[in-house]
Amino acid sequence: MSDAIIPALPRPAPPRRLGHAGFWLAAAAAAAILILALRGMGSEYAYFAATFVLQYVVLATAWNILGGYAGYVNFGAAAFFAAGAYTTVAVGKAFGLGLLPCIGIAAMVGGALGLGTGILTLRLRGAYFAIATLCLSVVLQTFIVNWSYVGGSRGAYILRPRDVPFGFDSYGGYLCAVVLVLAAAAIAIARSIEVSRLGLGLAALRDDEAAAEAAGVPTLRLKLIATSISGAMMAVAGAPLPYLGSYIEPTSAFGLSYAVNAIAMPLIGGTASWAGPLIGAVLLSSLQQAATVTISSAANLLIVGVVLVVFVCVAPRGIIGLFRRRR
Amino acid sequence: MDPDLALLLNGVVSGLLLGGLYAAAAAGLSISFGMLDVVNIAHPAFMVLGALIVALLWAATGLDPLLLSILLAPAFWALGAGLYVIYHHFFERRGDEAIQGLAFFFGVMFIVEVGLVLAVGPEQHFVDAAYAATTWRLGEIDVPLRMLVPATVALAAIGALALFLRHSFTGRAIAAVAQDRDALRLLAIDPIRIKRLAFGISLAFAGLAGGALVVVQPVDAWSGHVFIGRVFAIVIMGGLSSLGGCVLAALAFGVVENVTASFFGPSWSPAVAFGCLLLVLAVRPQGLFGRMA
Repeated sequence: MSDAIIPALPRPAPPRRLGHAGFWLAAAAAAAILILALRGMGSEYAYFAATFVLQYVVLATAWNILGGYAGYVNFGAAAFFAAGAYTTVAVGKAFGLGLLPCIGIAAMVGGALGLGTGILTLRLRGAYFAIATLCLSVVLQTFIVNWSYVGGSRGAYILRPRDVPFGFDSYGGYLCAVVLVLAAAAIAIARSIEVSRLGLGLAALRDDEAAAEAAGVPTLRLKLIATSISGAMMAVAGAPLPYLGSYIEPTSAFGLSYAVNAIAMPLIGGTASWAGPLIGAVLLSSLQQAATVTISSAANLLIVGVVLVVFVCVAPRGIIGLFRRRR
Repeated sequence: MDPDLALLLNGVVSGLLLGGLYAAAAAGLSISFGMLDVVNIAHPAFMVLGALIVALLWAATGLDPLLLSILLAPAFWALGAGLYVIYHHFFERRGDEAIQGLAFFFGVMFIVEVGLVLAVGPEQHFVDAAYAATTWRLGEIDVPLRMLVPATVALAAIGALALFLRHSFTGRAIAAVAQDRDALRLLAIDPIRIKRLAFGISLAFAGLAGGALVVVQPVDAWSGHVFIGRVFAIVIMGGLSSLGGCVLAALAFGVVENVTASFFGPSWSPAVAFGCLLLVLAVRPQGLFGRMA
C-alpha cells in the first residue's frame, strides 16, 4: 500500500470579499447617489446638516486609522481639524486659492503635523502619545491666537465665492458634495488600509507591540505612517469648515466637541472595521444635530459624554460588536 | 534696582507661588497616573468640581475656602474610591484599560464639565478670602497672600502625604502596588483595596487643589482644560511616581510660565510650557527627576 494516494482535502473557499477597486467603485457610487438625493431635496438646511454629519464621518474615520487599527489614542483631533481649517484661511488669504487646492495643502500640513508628533512621542508606548496630543492642541491654539494674519483670537471671516463651480445650485450644495466625496474617499482609504499589509501590521502591534516587533513588524515605521495618514485626513476634514460657517475663531475651531466626537464615534460604532466610525458618526452627529435644534447645545455634549461612557463600559466592541456577538 | 531685574525677581517669586498650586494639582495625579497606572485625564475636571463646590459653600457659609476644601476631602475620597470600583470592574479586570479606559475618563471629564455648566452656569465663580487683599512687600518683591496661603497649605498637604507614604504601613503598600501588585498579594494584602484607597487620596487632592485654585483665580466650568496639559506635563517631568520630583517640576513649571508671561505677554505662556513637555517627552521620557525604567 505504499503507492496509495491520499486525496488532497479540497481547499476551503476563500471568503468572498470585495477587492480594492470594487470597494472604491462602490464608495463612489454611494457618493453619487447621495449627491443626487440631496439635490432632489434642494434645501439649504439639508445641505448644512449633511455637511455637518459628513465632516464627522471623515474625522471619525481618520481617528480610527490610528486609534482603532493601531490602538494609539489621539486626544488632539481638534488640533488637526483646526490646522486644516486654518490652512484654508491662511492659504486662501495669501494666494487667493479656492477650496479644492486648500484641501490638498491642508492634507500636507496635517500629515506633517502627524509625522512630527509621531516622531517626538511614538517611540514611547502607552499613554504618552495621548498626552502629547493633548498638549499639541494647546500649543497650536496658542499660536493661532497670537497669529494676527489669520485673525488671532478675534477670528476670521471667509466669504463664499459668488459663482458656484460645476453647475451646483448653491455654494452650500457644492460644499456638501465636496465633503461627501471626501467622506467616501476616507472610508475607501480606511478599508484599503484595513485589508492591506499595513493594516495587518497595525493590528499586530495593537494586540502586542513587543511580540509584533519580535516577529519582524517594523512597528515604529507603521505607526508613523498611520499617524501621518490619520493626521492628513483629519486636517482634510477641517479644511471646508471656514466656508461652512463663513466665520472661524480659535475657541470653536479647537473646541473640545471635535476631540470628544472623534473618539466617541468610532468607539460607539466599533473600532475594528471601517463601518464602525461610519455608523457611530452618522448616529451620533444626527443625534447632536437634533439635540442642538430641539434642546440646547450644552445638553448635546452631555449626551455624547454619557453615551460614550455607557458604551465603553457595557459594549467595548461597539455597535458592530453587539451584532457580531448575537450572530 | 534695575526694573528688568525687579520684574524678573517678581516673576520668579510669583512663579514659585503658582508652582505650589500646580504641585497640589499634580500630586494627586502623580498617585493615580504615576503609581497606579490609571490615566485619569478627568483629574483637572474634578479639581474644577472641587473649586466650584468650595465657591458655592463659601457663598453660603462664609467659612475660609481652604478650610472648606479640607473638609470636602473625605467626600472626594469617597467619590474617587467609587470611581475606581467602576474603573476596575469594567476595564482593569478585563485587561483592556488602554483605549477603553482613556475613553472612559475622557467621557467622565465631559460629564463633569457639562454637568457643572448645567448646574451652576457657565459664568466665573470666585471667593474672597479674608487675607486676599493683603500683600507683603519685601523690598522690590511683592508677595500677595492670595497666592502665598494656598501654596503653603498645598505644600503642607503634600508633605503630610509624603510622610504617610514613607512611614505608614498602608502608605508603603501603595508605593509597593506601583511596583509589583502580585508580590503584594503574596503578603496577604489586597491590591485592589490598596488601589481603591490610593485613588481616593488622589481625588481628595484634586478637591484640595480646587479649593486652592479658586482662592487664586476665578474659576469656570471649563477651567480644567488648561490644567490637563500642565498637570500631566509636571507629573511626567517629575518622573511619574516621585512626589519630590513632582513638587520640583511644579515649581520650575510655574516659574517658566510666569516669567514668560511677564516678559512676552500671558497669551504665550501655555505654548512655552507645553513646548517644554514635548521636549522632555522627546529627549528624556523618564522625566527630569526620574530614574531610568
